[in-house]
Amino acid sequence: MFNTSLKELSAQLASKKISSVELTQTFLDRIRELNPRLNAFITIDENKSLAQAKTADALIASGKAGPLTGIPVAQKDIFCAEGWLSTCGSKMLHNFVSPYDAHVIEQFNRAGAINLGKTNMDEFAMGSSNETSYFGKVKNPWDLNAVPGGSSGGSAAAVAARLCPAATGTDTGGSIRQPAALNGITGIKPTYGVVSRYGMIAFASSLDQGGPMAKSAEDCALLLNVMAGFDSRDSTSLEREKEDYGRDLEQPLKGLRIGLPKEYFAEGLSADVAQAIEAALAEYRKLGAETVEISLPNSKLAVPVYYVLAPAEASSNLARFDGVRYGYRAPEYTDLADMYGKSRAQGFGAEVKRRIMIGTYVLSAGYYDAYYLKAQKLRRLIAQDFTNAFAQCDMIMGPTAPTTAFNLGEKSDDPVSMYLSDIYTIAVNLAGLPGMSVPAGFGANGRPVGLQIIGNYFSEAKMLNVAHQFQKATDWHTRMPQGI
Amino acid sequence: MQWEIVIGLETHAQLNTHSKIFSGAATAYGAAPNTQACAVDIALPGVLPVFNRAAAEKAVKFGLAIGARINRRSVFERKNYFYPDLPKGYQTTQLELPIVAEGGTLQIQVTPSTGSGQAYEKTIRITRAHLEEDAGKSLHEDFHGMTGIDLNRAGTPLVEIVTEPDLRSSAEAVAYAKKLHSLVRWIGICDGNMQEGSFRCDANVSVRPMGVETLGTRCEIKNLNSFKFMEKAIEYEVRRQIEILEDGGRIIQETRLYDPDRDETRSMRSKEEANDYRYFPDPDLLPLVVDEAFLDQARATMPELPQAMRERFVRDQGLPAYDAGILTTSRELAGYFEDTVKALGGEAKMATNWIMGDLSAQLNKEGLEITNSPITAGKLAGLLQRIVDGTISGKIAKEVFSAMWAGEGDADTIIEAKGLKQVSDSGAIEKIVDEIIAANPAQVAEYRSGKEKVFGFFVGLAMKASKGKANPAQLNEILKKKLAG
Repeated sequence: MFNTSLKELSAQLASKKISSVELTQTFLDRIRELNPRLNAFITIDENKSLAQAKTADALIASGKAGPLTGIPVAQKDIFCAEGWLSTCGSKMLHNFVSPYDAHVIEQFNRAGAINLGKTNMDEFAMGSSNETSYFGKVKNPWDLNAVPGGSSGGSAAAVAARLCPAATGTDTGGSIRQPAALNGITGIKPTYGVVSRYGMIAFASSLDQGGPMAKSAEDCALLLNVMAGFDSRDSTSLEREKEDYGRDLEQPLKGLRIGLPKEYFAEGLSADVAQAIEAALAEYRKLGAETVEISLPNSKLAVPVYYVLAPAEASSNLARFDGVRYGYRAPEYTDLADMYGKSRAQGFGAEVKRRIMIGTYVLSAGYYDAYYLKAQKLRRLIAQDFTNAFAQCDMIMGPTAPTTAFNLGEKSDDPVSMYLSDIYTIAVNLAGLPGMSVPAGFGANGRPVGLQIIGNYFSEAKMLNVAHQFQKATDWHTRMPQGI
Repeated sequence: MQWEIVIGLETHAQLNTHSKIFSGAATAYGAAPNTQACAVDIALPGVLPVFNRAAAEKAVKFGLAIGARINRRSVFERKNYFYPDLPKGYQTTQLELPIVAEGGTLQIQVTPSTGSGQAYEKTIRITRAHLEEDAGKSLHEDFHGMTGIDLNRAGTPLVEIVTEPDLRSSAEAVAYAKKLHSLVRWIGICDGNMQEGSFRCDANVSVRPMGVETLGTRCEIKNLNSFKFMEKAIEYEVRRQIEILEDGGRIIQETRLYDPDRDETRSMRSKEEANDYRYFPDPDLLPLVVDEAFLDQARATMPELPQAMRERFVRDQGLPAYDAGILTTSRELAGYFEDTVKALGGEAKMATNWIMGDLSAQLNKEGLEITNSPITAGKLAGLLQRIVDGTISGKIAKEVFSAMWAGEGDADTIIEAKGLKQVSDSGAIEKIVDEIIAANPAQVAEYRSGKEKVFGFFVGLAMKASKGKANPAQLNEILKKKLAG
């Protein structure tokens, strides 16, 4: 059951082979058993989840079920869910019980899905290893000495360890794709504006985008059908016609032109990852696709541009966490400034503080033009690279991350080396494009490798098709970590 | 040394939209604390702003009213600073690209407050006007050493209107502020309630030796929530700055707060202590785009503007510019005037004199607005009609006016009931005149010997005898004839 597709689970629920309550209980039991070793969840609330399951069963019995009715889905703790602790992985929000639902949560509730719990994450989604969470590190189920990636590391580890059938993530610079790659699961970051950011605790508003994390592209399509959609409460949400992201899954790939950016296959890419990617590309050629070399000449600017813009937005987005209205407040202080200072010094972790300081610096009088404005200009150049590339190909492919999962603690004292683990994913956010990671084998150390698929704007259905055809021809996505 | 005063004003006018600028919460004043603050206003984690287009429409109307260029694409930026009544830790405002750009002007009429200066007109240039959100309120009393936060006002839409440093005296500053106050209410974008903080001014004040081109160092005075305070604060600040300079000192650029109780300005923070606000475009909001259709709609709902109406009153009604200026200080007053003249079928000057005279005096005395006047325009016209057709004299009309104000009915009813109808029967007037002439032979002799000044004496007696009802023109004529002998 743990390795069953959403489609199959839905069929079993519909045929009453299993109830949602049973299904939910089964996963809750597995979480209780395995989570202590993985720390993938911050909050589990069996009563709440089971109550939802009961409602779902009634819906199924009345014949009003949709494709996700009764299916348990783990929610990244960045999404506010009414009545649930919604911490964003931070001490600052360690006690924050949300009084409202994020749009994404609302959509899942409407679909009759079960909130299975809130998954661990890097604090305020700032990190690539899930080591910055106030609630402790998450471990990679493939190797408990390895990081799960970040920032959606809890969701990725939970899906990989089959603690949940599916989960949500958010991706600001690779936070869905990189952990998906490091855990051998499938995840898609949609085009900016496809999934509403309402109720998704902001890190960098112009880059943040929610998306599904699951075992397969087919599952992701079902989840994205629920998550996507216009929301008037998010001014950057795009008003587009509702689409079925699974509509093209079975399309053949004959004639598909795959662009391979030479910058993504250059120095810095480890040999075992390169080998796995090459094998995956060979598979695509077998499926009828052709590959062409392309160039994204401004790729090297993506990380520095990102580490100006994302912290700039974050420094302002996180200003609301001041200890005045909710969240953490220092127990002792002498005056207002002291209360702010102490509450924020104690409530935020080191990485968050580092980024707030970088962001504050680049927006400061005298530095704004040299950093923030310059980075905005370069951001347009980076986006233009992709526009040019898509004149030559239908999809861009390459590695999701330069290496397989690194060891816990390996990069935590070296922020720049940590930042470089997102070197292939960040440009996609800067351009607002959709990006995806698909399991593509294993590295020398037996840890998973992810193949990144980058599509043009709003080509999610096509990307899922491209991923699905690969998954029909391979079985990497069905592999489960053993002996957790 | 002769000093020149240089003032620029920044005015925050609350736009009278039903809901807030970035949330659906109500903007009504006076609700219990924090009952009109939704998730967006209290800045819960994850919430996002959605711009209220009604605020743009009002700002655009203002821009059109002052003849400014409208930016077809304006941008919201974040002004970052920490304060407990600023829930997000930043204020969403406009900096680089405000909705109302340059080119706007306001024509002011200035009556110098002191001395025997002549009233004059002046054009004040408006640099820009931008949209922004208001902050909440910090309540320092009643909480025993703690501070209460009321976020009802947080997110109320404001338009901040900035002038060039064109004002040269406190009188000009007040004239500008009053004119602006009148305009925002005229075009229906702000209720102008200064007690409730709907219309607030900050003044940038500096002085320089007369004839010098470069501007002196300025101080910004905050908290000018009445025209009177504005005048006093500027006058105090000008004296303070001149004293410092004449003593050989230097002005320090700073923000100062006016304390009306002590009638002085006090330093709030210096330029060095000022925040670095780290402005940057708000990534949660799209640029605000104003297209031709939007402009057309704003134009279509624009009333005739006070300046145009003033010119029309001068041109079509033959009013002096001064009178027309006063009548057009509010749409309600102008409307009252027009209704009166319409009902009366002309006599604009007479109507103006009554409206600006007896009616205004009574309204002021009882603290009433023109809209609450117990004498409507139609009723006033009814009274003036009786002067025009000779039924009563102007003097009797004042008596009728008082009775009308007291609610004793319309003019005709009162004239009838009190028997105030003017005596135009020449027989009756002749009889009175004959009696007076007979009773005052000495004065008659005086008059006839050439002392024409005593004529007034006879008029007075005749009016008294007729209880003021004698038709003055007729009386004059008859008196002259009879005295001539």
